[in-house]
Amino acid sequence: MTSFIIRRLLLIVPTVFVALSFLFLIFFALPGDPANLIAGGAERNIDPGVIERINERYGLDEPMTTQFVKYWQRTLQWDLGDSFLTRRSVNETLGQRAPNSIRLAFWAIVIEIVVGISVGMVSAIRRYSIGDRFTTIVTAAASAIPVFVLGLVLQWMFAVQPNKHDWPEWARLRTSGIGPDSWAFFVIPTGEQWRYLILPAITLASVTTALLARMTRGSMLEVLRADYMRTARSKGLRERDVVMRHGLRNALLPVVTLIGLDFGTAIGAAVLTETTFSWPGIGSQIVDSVTARDLPVILGLTLVVVLAYTVVNLIVDISYAWVDPRIRLGKGGQS
Amino acid sequence: MTLTDQATAGGAAVAPESTDIADLGTARPLRADVWRRFRRNRLAIVGLGFVVLLILVALFAPWIAPYSITDRASGQFRQPPSADHWFGTDNIGRDMFSRVVHGARVSLRIGISATVISLVIGLALGAMSGFFGGTTDTLLMRLTDVFLAIPYIILAVAIASVVGRSENSVILILGLTGWLFIARIVRASFLSLKRLEYVEAATALGFSRTRIMFRHILPNALQPIIVYGTIAIGSVILAEAALSFVGVGPQEPTPAWGAMVAQGRGSLSNAPHILFFPGAAIFLTVLAFVFVGDGLRDALDPKLK
Repeated sequence: MTSFIIRRLLLIVPTVFVALSFLFLIFFALPGDPANLIAGGAERNIDPGVIERINERYGLDEPMTTQFVKYWQRTLQWDLGDSFLTRRSVNETLGQRAPNSIRLAFWAIVIEIVVGISVGMVSAIRRYSIGDRFTTIVTAAASAIPVFVLGLVLQWMFAVQPNKHDWPEWARLRTSGIGPDSWAFFVIPTGEQWRYLILPAITLASVTTALLARMTRGSMLEVLRADYMRTARSKGLRERDVVMRHGLRNALLPVVTLIGLDFGTAIGAAVLTETTFSWPGIGSQIVDSVTARDLPVILGLTLVVVLAYTVVNLIVDISYAWVDPRIRLGKGGQS
Repeated sequence: MTLTDQATAGGAAVAPESTDIADLGTARPLRADVWRRFRRNRLAIVGLGFVVLLILVALFAPWIAPYSITDRASGQFRQPPSADHWFGTDNIGRDMFSRVVHGARVSLRIGISATVISLVIGLALGAMSGFFGGTTDTLLMRLTDVFLAIPYIILAVAIASVVGRSENSVILILGLTGWLFIARIVRASFLSLKRLEYVEAATALGFSRTRIMFRHILPNALQPIIVYGTIAIGSVILAEAALSFVGVGPQEPTPAWGAMVAQGRGSLSNAPHILFFPGAAIFLTVLAFVFVGDGLRDALDPKLK
């Protein structure tokens, strides 16, 4: 087990290094002069003197190798640079934005796990029932509808309509922003907060919940046919114990990897959800910075996202190896 | 197992269970068999119908659309659907129906071109990785790991912010980021196929490695690629819509569906139709490709179901 973890950890270092170097080169080595961007963009005629001073200030006139080495020196000390636009440090922006993203993601994951697993399980047990067919259609639809379209449709249904038709105050959900900053235990919304949170959380959860439900259903169907299920029944266990303790437990094993793989999809969905609901998280900040061409902010926040993604995948791999000895011992076949 | 054994085994696997003894003698081409099974899947047929309709709409867009994509009806901003404007008009008075129809061209062009680029790269790298193995394999797979470590929408948005915002750069971005899974699928097929006897036979006959890779192994590895490719067109269209929505897709006045949804965002309360029609177009298109892909998978490999 230890050797597996060490091997897996060693693999992360080159992966993250190459990925970030790649992004750095895209930003700072390709045409599309950063100094020009800082001074206001290619459309304007900029005084060459200004460009020169900017180049000097940000070290953009140095050879690419020097810039590259300096970038890594700074990054390894967790100095992500300053915004071209606001001059604020990227770390400060990160500190403001990250908690909001984590809160939104937390609730989306809660919805995903509770709804996805229970729907998938019930679907498998009552295979071919009306509920199962309905689930199949809804999950297919949920993975085809663009996150931002779903978000906007939900806004129209639960925020715009209630306001038009004078629904009671509590039923009028909010379309944008995060509302008063009132959280208990970091993630639990208090007071008005939930009216801002509920629509984006559902929107963000939609895609992965559908995938999880489909995966749980497939995995559960396979498990239900297993010999040990028959054994459990013939032992005289209650049906509930058979399904929950013998069935669900085994069915969830392959589902664990999916949650890790899904994290990439979830990040994409988060970027779109945060943008759609103007939720002040990392994703919407990246989009804003892309629009403003604020390279240090894009690069710094992307670094954080890549690291988070890598760590989640690492945790998933390790937990999977922990429950499945075949992988731990390296006999899981070709990957 | 000899070659003939294998052929019989393969033939037995595709034969339907309820075949009459008399039918067993007559050989049917694989294509006919696949089509027969595909046809039985109602959702796949509906999906195929929609895809065909979409292609026709895209081909004949200038004849179907009653207005040009830039024509502005004076004073008729954000009009709800009517006999003159079936899908209403947008923020600056352009006919939504014409723009949605022309949008099919943009989406299909991007979806198909980007998928072709991904397929070519994925096939070449995956085939090399699986066939040669060793260092080539390790290096190429590490390369896919690196790219998979960057969530692809972030990668796409980041690249788009540098290389510019046009239809061609979206095609390049999505094509250059979409090959990772294809490469892995191809690699897996090549790994298992290269150990089979017919490859050994071809090697013994002295054929070149390129010939063995592309003439002998590739045709047998095509099935999962066809399925994945079909679904990928849908995913690329979805991704393109997302890029357009956040503003890094093709720019105005190109009628990209995602950008039209973004435009409708501002008038959600008084003109929801502006986002509804392009949003529905994206949704139905992606769904159709998923249905066709699922149907193809079941039809190509009856064992899977």
